[in-house]
Amino acid sequence: MKQRLVMVGNGMAGVRTLEELLKLAPEMYDVTVFGSEPYGNYNRIMLSPLLAKEKVLSEIMLNDLDWYQDNNIRLYAGRQVTQIDRVHKRVIADDGTEVEYDRLLIASGSDPFLIPVPGVDLPGVITFRDIADVNTMLDAARDYKHAVVIGGGLLGLEAANGLMKHGMKVTVVHLLDSLMERQLDKPASTLLKSHLEQSGMQFAMEAQTTAILGDERVQAVKFADGNEIPADLVVMAVGIRPSIALAQQAGIYCERGIVVNDTMQTFDPVVYAIGECVQHRSNCYGLVAPLFEQAKVCANHLANIGTSRYEGSITSTKLKVTGIDLFSAGDYNEGEGDEAMVLQDPASGTYKKIVIRDNKIKGTVLYGDTMDGSWYFSLMREGTSIADFRKTILFGQHDVGDAGHGDVARVMSLPDSVEICGCNGVCKGDIVAAISKQGLFTLEDVRAHTKASSSCGSCTGLVESILASTVGEGYSAAPSKQAMCACTEHSHDDVIHAIKEHQLKTMPDVRQFLEWKTPDGCASCRPALNYYLLTKWPGEYADDSQSRFINERAHGNIQKDGTYSVVPRMFGGLCTPSDLRAIADVCDKFEVPEMKVTGGQRIDLFGIKKEDLPAVWKDLSGAGFVSGHAYGKAMRTVKTCAGKNWCRFGTQDSTGLGVQLEELTWGSWMPHKFKLAVSGCPRNCAEATIKDFGVVCVDSGYELHVGGNGGIKVRVTDLLCKVATEAEVLEYSGAFIQKYREEAHYLERTAPWVERVGLSSIKAAVVDDVEQRKALYERFKYSQKFAQIDPWKARAEGEAAHEFMPLRIAG
Amino acid sequence: MKSNWIEVIALEAIPQLGSRVIKTEASNIAIFRTADDRVFAMKDACPHKQGPLSQGIVHGTTVTCPLHNWKIDLASGEAQGPDEGCTNVYPVKIEDGVVYISLSAVVAAA
Repeated sequence: MKQRLVMVGNGMAGVRTLEELLKLAPEMYDVTVFGSEPYGNYNRIMLSPLLAKEKVLSEIMLNDLDWYQDNNIRLYAGRQVTQIDRVHKRVIADDGTEVEYDRLLIASGSDPFLIPVPGVDLPGVITFRDIADVNTMLDAARDYKHAVVIGGGLLGLEAANGLMKHGMKVTVVHLLDSLMERQLDKPASTLLKSHLEQSGMQFAMEAQTTAILGDERVQAVKFADGNEIPADLVVMAVGIRPSIALAQQAGIYCERGIVVNDTMQTFDPVVYAIGECVQHRSNCYGLVAPLFEQAKVCANHLANIGTSRYEGSITSTKLKVTGIDLFSAGDYNEGEGDEAMVLQDPASGTYKKIVIRDNKIKGTVLYGDTMDGSWYFSLMREGTSIADFRKTILFGQHDVGDAGHGDVARVMSLPDSVEICGCNGVCKGDIVAAISKQGLFTLEDVRAHTKASSSCGSCTGLVESILASTVGEGYSAAPSKQAMCACTEHSHDDVIHAIKEHQLKTMPDVRQFLEWKTPDGCASCRPALNYYLLTKWPGEYADDSQSRFINERAHGNIQKDGTYSVVPRMFGGLCTPSDLRAIADVCDKFEVPEMKVTGGQRIDLFGIKKEDLPAVWKDLSGAGFVSGHAYGKAMRTVKTCAGKNWCRFGTQDSTGLGVQLEELTWGSWMPHKFKLAVSGCPRNCAEATIKDFGVVCVDSGYELHVGGNGGIKVRVTDLLCKVATEAEVLEYSGAFIQKYREEAHYLERTAPWVERVGLSSIKAAVVDDVEQRKALYERFKYSQKFAQIDPWKARAEGEAAHEFMPLRIAG
Repeated sequence: MKSNWIEVIALEAIPQLGSRVIKTEASNIAIFRTADDRVFAMKDACPHKQGPLSQGIVHGTTVTCPLHNWKIDLASGEAQGPDEGCTNVYPVKIEDGVVYISLSAVVAAA
């Protein structure tokens, strides 16, 4: 017989747990759900749009009644569980229904808090928590004039805004002197208040409600100072509390919420709890993202897999209150010893504040323009030093191109036919439809279902904005720790650290030590592990070609028709007539359909059949060429300008230095592709300041620039330092490259890496600390001994022949 | 089901977690070997945009297409996750370390 799982509560967190559980173990349980409302599971965040009549009920349903039926879940909708009998392992509902359980999941959510004043039980006094409340408000708006909302938080303001839209005269009563004090600092709160006043909302600030007056129905609200204001409807929105009465009565240990451990288990091992009713490591959460993380963990344990843990969440809030974008995270009220940076533009209605201590962001408040919220949040979460860009931080992330701007209001007004993701041709309408039909809540979900922002990622901001505007304002983009992939809970840093600290030398060792969930990983973690091991143990670790993406396995670029392209290395971009003749001969012999000069000053031969590759390489190798690595997460090219041998402006021998740099670095595997350039003078014809490592020659020496990128997001390099000799250029470049190779995450280019770890920390190791620089350089040169064995020559001579030789069968 | 078994190659000649391509007159067939030495064969064309699945990374009993990262189940030929599509699979067997394929019986049609 199947085990019986009973869930108390039918809200977003609970049903999400069931969905995750059905994915993991669809046949494991006989599931019964009790929900006090007569509906399926709906998106509670969308109650405000429902009130404002921007949405209808069917649009905010996440799981309708058919869903329960289709999944064989017994739903008692409209019935409230009144008792949990832990001795007999059963629950009892208000209508006498009794259901026994083997495991119980409490997802009772939270209760709105009612101020204990006389008259609170009068008709016309309600809270704002469920669909019934919305219906009461809509009815009142039709029949009455005066509404009073008690509570100037998010929920209160949303209720007030909705009621105003239906023609009511609304006064918001707030106990404190500033609105939304849990999300906003005082200046932002003042801006919000004056905006709302302009739209006609009235306020009674620092007003303590002492009584609600009326006979048959509410008629007025009375304050401590004796004043009264007329009211036909009173909405109490002063806060919520975890709903724990049922659990307490059953003797389950509670504090503010139901106390759970990292597996979402309560003090009774067969009873789990999840969502707003829960207290985990002293925190209670009310945002969607952390609750869904909990759901994932809880499902993992209910399915008896037992591998995941919930370790708490750092949350940020991105909201839209009555048309105003707000973002806040962390401690945004500065304390002693903190610094605050503020940018205020009354004309455009924006306000930004960042609170800083020891050059790290402690908190932020953004009003009106929340575009950089997720950037500030990630700097805060990673503890990145902002010392290098203090002067410009308030102006936003300078390297984000226009495509990345996440402006919710603008996105909302776009027609459905507008293309959002240029790589995969996904329109706004497709994304909205997928989000609402499939019940998507995270960026990863949207990527999986629509492919939007899953290729180059430059439209991520737009997709997040669409997500925010479609699922509701409580959407929070806050992942706690980013796992490497679905095979593990561990992050890239965890893996790099473990390989080093525990001397892990093979992929099975890493997977076993870090408790991988899959026996041989996936297409996303295998190349990463292979890279980390290769970099940490050069000459010792045996490269696993089956963990290489096809381009690196076949040492050519796969094209969309399954043929390959071949780019021979031309050091520094220099070539001779016989080089070009040899390339031309190869093209004739193998009937290469197209040739092209690449952006990195090399020659690309397209359309070569895979089985011809070894023969092509044999000819190229015979003419003195080695692999150009145009296909790999590897050192690609050194681009050079003419230099002082020919150019009248040239200050140094840029081509000669470029050749030396390429001879030093060719063949090295990297976290991502890596490009260099050498310009002979500050006119910078080789475009060195958008390369991963760029050299700009000047009369007195060489400027070294790092972290540039000319791709999706153009980023100009940061100046690392200036050196006097070519030998120093080589040493500094090798040291920089090695630090990047050892510390960056796989598939992280230098631009985001430099921003994540901070230029100062790179300077400290590569420029200021002579010994560390020399040690890095030595490690790089050592690993190059093994990397500079030409893979083309080896394959031309027969290595890995099976990779290239097709099979033929009779029949 | 009628099957005419055709000898392909020794199991050892297919790399573990890797593949070989069989050229036939009609189309290419990808033949995969898992970490635990099971063998699967399917048309070497992803249901999405006909990417050569033989060039993908094999993990468990799944291959990830090299062009756009669709994940195809080796046994059924069906796309996994939210993607939808299916590619032809062919019966294979191993006898005395030699892999045989049957082209006459197509298990699932696209």
